[in-house]
Amino acid sequence: MRTQQQTTQEVLDLAAKHFNVPAESLAPEDDFFKKLGIDSLQTLEMLSRLENHFGIELPDYEVQGVSDFKTLAERIQSRL
Amino acid sequence: MLDLSKYQSIGQALNDALDQFADEVCLIEADREREKERLTYRDFKERAHPLARGLQDAGFAAGDRASIIMTNQSKWLISAYAIFFAGGTLVPLDYKLTPDEQWQLLKHSGASVLVTEYPIWRQLGASAERAAAANVRMVLVTEAPTNADLAATRRWEEFRGAGEPVFVPRTRKDTACIVYSSGTGGRPKGCMMTHENYLEQCLALSAIYPFSPGVRYLSILPTNHAIDFMVGFFRPFISGAAVVHLRTLRPEYVRAAFPKYKITHASLVPLVLKNLQIGLQAKFDALPPGKRKIFNALLALNKAVTKRRPRRGISRLLFKQVHDAFGGELCAMLVGGAFTKPETLQFFYDLGIPVLNGYGLTEAVVAIAVSEVKRFRADSVGKPLPGIEVRIANPAADGVGEVCVRSKTVMSGYLNDPELTAESIVDGWLMTGDLGRLDSAGHLQLTGRKKNMIVTPEGMNIYPEDIETVFESLPVKEFCVFAANYIWPKRSMVGEQLVLVVHLEPGQKCSEELRRDIYARNNRLLNYKRILGVILLDEDFPRTASLKIKRNVLAERLARLDSSAAILPL
Repeated sequence: MRTQQQTTQEVLDLAAKHFNVPAESLAPEDDFFKKLGIDSLQTLEMLSRLENHFGIELPDYEVQGVSDFKTLAERIQSRL
Repeated sequence: MLDLSKYQSIGQALNDALDQFADEVCLIEADREREKERLTYRDFKERAHPLARGLQDAGFAAGDRASIIMTNQSKWLISAYAIFFAGGTLVPLDYKLTPDEQWQLLKHSGASVLVTEYPIWRQLGASAERAAAANVRMVLVTEAPTNADLAATRRWEEFRGAGEPVFVPRTRKDTACIVYSSGTGGRPKGCMMTHENYLEQCLALSAIYPFSPGVRYLSILPTNHAIDFMVGFFRPFISGAAVVHLRTLRPEYVRAAFPKYKITHASLVPLVLKNLQIGLQAKFDALPPGKRKIFNALLALNKAVTKRRPRRGISRLLFKQVHDAFGGELCAMLVGGAFTKPETLQFFYDLGIPVLNGYGLTEAVVAIAVSEVKRFRADSVGKPLPGIEVRIANPAADGVGEVCVRSKTVMSGYLNDPELTAESIVDGWLMTGDLGRLDSAGHLQLTGRKKNMIVTPEGMNIYPEDIETVFESLPVKEFCVFAANYIWPKRSMVGEQLVLVVHLEPGQKCSEELRRDIYARNNRLLNYKRILGVILLDEDFPRTASLKIKRNVLAERLARLDSSAAILPL
């Protein structure tokens, strides 16, 4: 079982890889819309990648209003 | 399709449709790749009538208001029908609003019943604004876990009355829905839409784009959205068509739904259409040189043969793979809710994929004009729909003025706001606040918003949306053009200027190369149409639930900046 910290780091790594930005430039508290410069549809694409990586399903409503990596990782952790 | 001229209300028409098309599939609910539910019109009625009876048993009566705050799913439609059947007025609210905003609108609407989903309810229940909306006496919550503490709320799935409900008739002039076009930040604008508004809108749309059994409509917009309520609910239902509800906007599932369900019609907002365009373009760009050459030749051929009118059969032959990706049976995609770039419309037309460009506003149900399939034009939103009069108020020398609308689709007014109603509906004409012109062929061409404009020293009116197209494909995250005086109002009619607001990609710098690009594009414009400066904004543009830019909200954010420092001269 992953720890919350591990999950958060994996979320950051995957987002960095998906959007081709240095992993070290992302922090848990970052607003991913702002930091990655992505729109709502691109966010949904990122969620699909995260789901595949963690082997979970994250309904759209679970991430409604979520905009930072930390909260996103918490939502993922709760479904692991 | 039912003969709507004979009907008095939405509920009456839907009630008849459920009987007339009883064996047809009316609703398919899909969550990602899984089909969760498939209902015939008979099934739908069997789900909805006990709910209507339950509402009546709880004292819900003619004219009472019930709100729905839900994502895109079948229970939205079932609940809405039950409310109409019981004679109620529906208050569809945007599930993407904050809980505080939702309570504010619930209070303003006077709704006594709220139907919502469990995840939304969890947030609503935690909001401090809840106490303010004491008018909400009953809450029905869908899909709550078995161990959920629902306190005083009721489970939607268990809220059933015994016996048949009693149909409550309404007249055409009664309010069917209260739809909020804006106002969460201040003055709520609750549009009171009558049953007649919807019946007449449906008639107008059906006169040129009829639905029938066999139509499979893909619904990806939330049903609280005016487009989906009309085109993805009422209209297909009174025609015996099937609605495919997708509970996610994830692009991969939207793309997959087209071939899976052999979709014939869909409504999209420009952002989604653009996403589809980007996906297709990426595939074309990835073709090996030989295939790319063939593709280009086919494209040229298709452009030539469809110059005067679409030839769907030929286009499907030439671009079989592309059309197969859309299911092979796509008749039309309606795009609306925001300005769609002519280039995007042209992109799809050149592939033989019909995209109808629509224009309308909540105050007039949804659609005022829709472009024609048979005579494609990327530069217009088409002619006004049958029964809808459009005139241009105070036209300038170039014919541009405020678009005014008179028809049976125009709302009766704003709830509790006679002053605003009087400002918006003058002598029976709805003043849209949008600017446009009617050309010699009767096509409506939109040029901008009433207030977001400049007048040059030469007396030329310039509209930001008019010049945005020159910046299309600018290598930045997103951009928008504003009249600076719209952001920073000033009591002067001289010295106005246009500014380009740019949101860069993450890590992107406003490089010399980018500046040169903007400069070069700007120079393609006539001199009096050029932007005079750039504003860099390091945050996402605010967008509505239907993903269009909230220009007024963006302008409010920009207004906090010091204009002299924020505007970088070109």
